Amino acid sequence: MIRELHEKLINKEITAEQLALNYFDVIEKKDKDIFAYLTLTKELALEQARKVDAKIARGEKIELLEGIPGAIKDNLCIAGVRTTASSKILDNYIAPYDATVIERLEEVGAVFLGKTNLDEFAMGSSTENSAYGVTKNPHDLTRVSGGSSGGSAAAVAAGEAVWALGTDTGGSIREPASFCGLVGLKPTYGRVSRYGAIAMASSLDQIGPLTKTVEDAAIVLSAIAGQDKMDATSAHSSGKDYAKCLTGEIQGLRIGIVKEHIDGLGEDEKKSILEVIETYKKLGAEIVEVELPHSKYSLATYYIIQPCEVSSNLARYDGIKYGLSVNDEKESNLAESNLPKKLLETYLDSRQYGFGKEVQRRIMLGTYALSSGYYDAYYLKAQKVRTLIKKDFEEAFKNVDLILTPTAPTPAFKIGEKTEDPLQMYLADMFSITANIVGVPAISVPGPEVAFEGKTLPFGFQLMGKWFDEENILRVAHAYEIAKK
Amino acid sequence: MISTDEVKHIAALARIGLNEKEIEKFSHDLSSTLDWIAQLEEVDVAGVLPTAHITGMGNISREDGVTDFFEKEKIVKLFPESKNGYDKVKSVL
Repeated sequence: MIRELHEKLINKEITAEQLALNYFDVIEKKDKDIFAYLTLTKELALEQARKVDAKIARGEKIELLEGIPGAIKDNLCIAGVRTTASSKILDNYIAPYDATVIERLEEVGAVFLGKTNLDEFAMGSSTENSAYGVTKNPHDLTRVSGGSSGGSAAAVAAGEAVWALGTDTGGSIREPASFCGLVGLKPTYGRVSRYGAIAMASSLDQIGPLTKTVEDAAIVLSAIAGQDKMDATSAHSSGKDYAKCLTGEIQGLRIGIVKEHIDGLGEDEKKSILEVIETYKKLGAEIVEVELPHSKYSLATYYIIQPCEVSSNLARYDGIKYGLSVNDEKESNLAESNLPKKLLETYLDSRQYGFGKEVQRRIMLGTYALSSGYYDAYYLKAQKVRTLIKKDFEEAFKNVDLILTPTAPTPAFKIGEKTEDPLQMYLADMFSITANIVGVPAISVPGPEVAFEGKTLPFGFQLMGKWFDEENILRVAHAYEIAKK
Repeated sequence: MISTDEVKHIAALARIGLNEKEIEKFSHDLSSTLDWIAQLEEVDVAGVLPTAHITGMGNISREDGVTDFFEKEKIVKLFPESKNGYDKVKSVL
């Protein structure tokens, strides 16, 4: 899609300004129902677009992403723009600086339409934890768009943006991509700098694209990838053009599948995945069964590591430095602390009224697991299990080039269906979470649609590759996409 | 089972104010999540080293130089309370 729009821009069939305005028209028409956006940045977008038009008018060469309108998840900072992470505690936060991904996209001339809805601080699988409301699935407005990057997914799926950025800590790019019929890529841990992304669980967080096609994902990744001195975990990178690896050629490639992952699915979901496997066989790939004996512990491991890191990262929201500050003048029943009373009450009240229930639940869980006497039993244990899960992948990758699984156990579920039971909600991430635990790159690709609760809904499959080998999963994803055209 | 007293202790450590109803609810929620997490007890991790960094990077350093941050005013604007360009904290005496 990006390439076609790029051609139109350079052939002067449309101006970048008009293109952006067209997208704002769609937003105006559709977003009342969908609620993908929290904030629109129309002035910024038109200013960015006019710069591109001036370049084209001067006969200068433009980049592929130049003038192409996209949406940014609202946990990524754009200088001067409100950035809430969908939390009341950041309701009035105007980002004082740009995230590195934003700087990089600006360097290649991309246009930002606005900031998209998410689960509060990216904790959730449906955007139902947003303090501002739920984003509905454009394929069925009674269903969730997935989460936490549900606003980004719905924006692209509804034609309210060409591409979008999301963040993915346990599946937050891939699960909404699957629910909304999109391509969603979580790069290798370290491939993309997180500077300016509101930190959630730092050993798991990554930023990546949600797009309609694999090529579009490759184009956005090429723009945002690379080392950054502001994020010490970002890895060396050589300025790759990921679109170049989309050759369509996968003859002889070995794709691993995990039997239990497929056996446990519902009938129609299983049919969808088996059809994907058949397509890959026809394209000349070899399907090989692999075992990941420890991967069944990924979810439990995640729900120790993630809350622990959350409890530490979110300690910064204290009602003193920035964000919501509340003192309700009532004395708290949590007396045990040697802090001066007024200071303590401000901490307690700001975090009581500023954070939503799920965020509080994770902070509490993480604080418990890290509290005196429990560290060895929880965090340390989880990090050891993490090593075992990683070893499973190292073993598997000796024998196969990549691993194919479903992205999520089902298509999009109904709004309200899982909100009362946190554990049921967590299970939506059972297949996606392992890639974050072991750090490998993973992509969700739309597979055959699935009949589900009387509806035909999008259903994605996931390809996990070797560390820092985004090329391979993009190439294999693309081969499926063109075979199905 | 996480008792309500434990919930109060954790909430104080986490600096989250809770009312009595929330304390009850957390006692239940945390207990059920911890019961579910307890499945990790069956994993034998004898001799296994914990993962510190998943892709194995280490010792990333940069020059320890002084740089200026040019957006100071924007940060001052974010202070809930400020005085003479400083963030005003609560009385600690």
